[in-house]
Amino acid sequence: MIRLSIPLRQALSRLSLPVLIALAFGTMLLGKADALLAERARMALADALAPIWSILQQPVASVRGTVQEAEFLLSLRAENARLREENERLRRWQATALALEAENAVLQRQLRFMPEAAPAFQTVRVVADGGGIYARAVLLGIGPNHGVRKGQIALDERGLVGRVTEVGLRSARLLLATDMNSRIPVVLEGSRARAMMVGTNGARPRLQHWPEGSVPEEGERIVTSAEAAAFPAGLPVGIVRRSEGGAPEVELFARLDRLDVVRLFDYGLGGILPPEAVARPEPRPRR
Amino acid sequence: MRGRPASAMGLLRQVDAVARAAFPTSLTALLMVLAAVPVGLPGLVPAVALPCIVFWSVFRPAALPPLAVFGLGLLGDLLSFAPVGSGVLTLLVVVGLVTRWRRFLVKQSFLAVWLAYCGVALGAAALEWLLQVVLGWRVVPVAPGFYQALMSAGLYPGLAWIMSRIHEAMSRAESAP
Repeated sequence: MIRLSIPLRQALSRLSLPVLIALAFGTMLLGKADALLAERARMALADALAPIWSILQQPVASVRGTVQEAEFLLSLRAENARLREENERLRRWQATALALEAENAVLQRQLRFMPEAAPAFQTVRVVADGGGIYARAVLLGIGPNHGVRKGQIALDERGLVGRVTEVGLRSARLLLATDMNSRIPVVLEGSRARAMMVGTNGARPRLQHWPEGSVPEEGERIVTSAEAAAFPAGLPVGIVRRSEGGAPEVELFARLDRLDVVRLFDYGLGGILPPEAVARPEPRPRR
Repeated sequence: MRGRPASAMGLLRQVDAVARAAFPTSLTALLMVLAAVPVGLPGLVPAVALPCIVFWSVFRPAALPPLAVFGLGLLGDLLSFAPVGSGVLTLLVVVGLVTRWRRFLVKQSFLAVWLAYCGVALGAAALEWLLQVVLGWRVVPVAPGFYQALMSAGLYPGLAWIMSRIHEAMSRAESAP
């Protein structure tokens, strides 16, 4: 410990706050000028903390499970009635689906249709919130030899969740489809018209840039489009809902508020990444 | 081994003092890391950091030097993927203001401190919003910042209750001979 005279020490302690505030401005400039450095620092920190978060995942999940169980108990009757009704409806759909499947098989045989190989995927756990208040993202805990790449597409059990934007050693950041920076090319399944799904940080992304004359209709299904080689065509995204102001929004199939595990698909696509992700997507390793 | 028992006691006491001095910073850092676990509430990390920082800089300013605040701000920025430096500046400005009002705030009742805290949280959210707009160069909605300030104001009583228990225990330990 260096011994300083009392007036000098007082002067130093009075100076430290302004100096640090100036340093904070410096940090901001540095973070702005060298975005890659900031990204590396973030992923290094996330890598270091990922094991702690993974351990915490167990108790958090069990608490959440208990709460959910209690909610289920409360709504048992109503839920049962709803499920009975839904089951009836799904039975009718099952009959239709079986008929269509048989018809499809016949048609494919006649056309010598070559089916696409099912894409490889890996299931990873969501360990932490990676967004803050002005962004919607989550951190994924991944193993050391994971093979996760930037630009991979994440789906939960129902539909599209988002894309991987940053990859570290033990963690990866997944930008959700609801984030403000998220722009996803989609197709309106009814009219086959193309549109853009634009994140707003709210629960429902907005639809924009649909062609004139094919206005998105309430309840229409939305799937991804292969435009710009960022997504494969036909992944389920959500259905169109009208906001109070009448603007078309997308109610996502994926349950982004309760993500536990997601599936990362490797379609080997190298399309556009969101603006804050500086580096280009890495090419898929040759096999 | 030539050791004097008195010096061993002195060493223990020093370790104790260092632990006490480092406790507020490490507790805040720990809470921030825990707040990053996803529970369905976005923006919990900065909302948890602010009550801790305000409480300690009002009631135990010596234990929270500006350098520690800088480190905590940086941790928060990296954890919450905010523009680097925005949280640092916000926290430093908050600490600067709070230390200036500290003599007045220490004497007030809990309710008055909480009200003052609500004002500080709103101001901090406004500053953070401004920095977000300037650094990202695009207008972001005001609502999330407001929501974060509300959440942080709601978290303050619980956190402050725990921390004031700890603060009392620490004061007792310090005044003990």
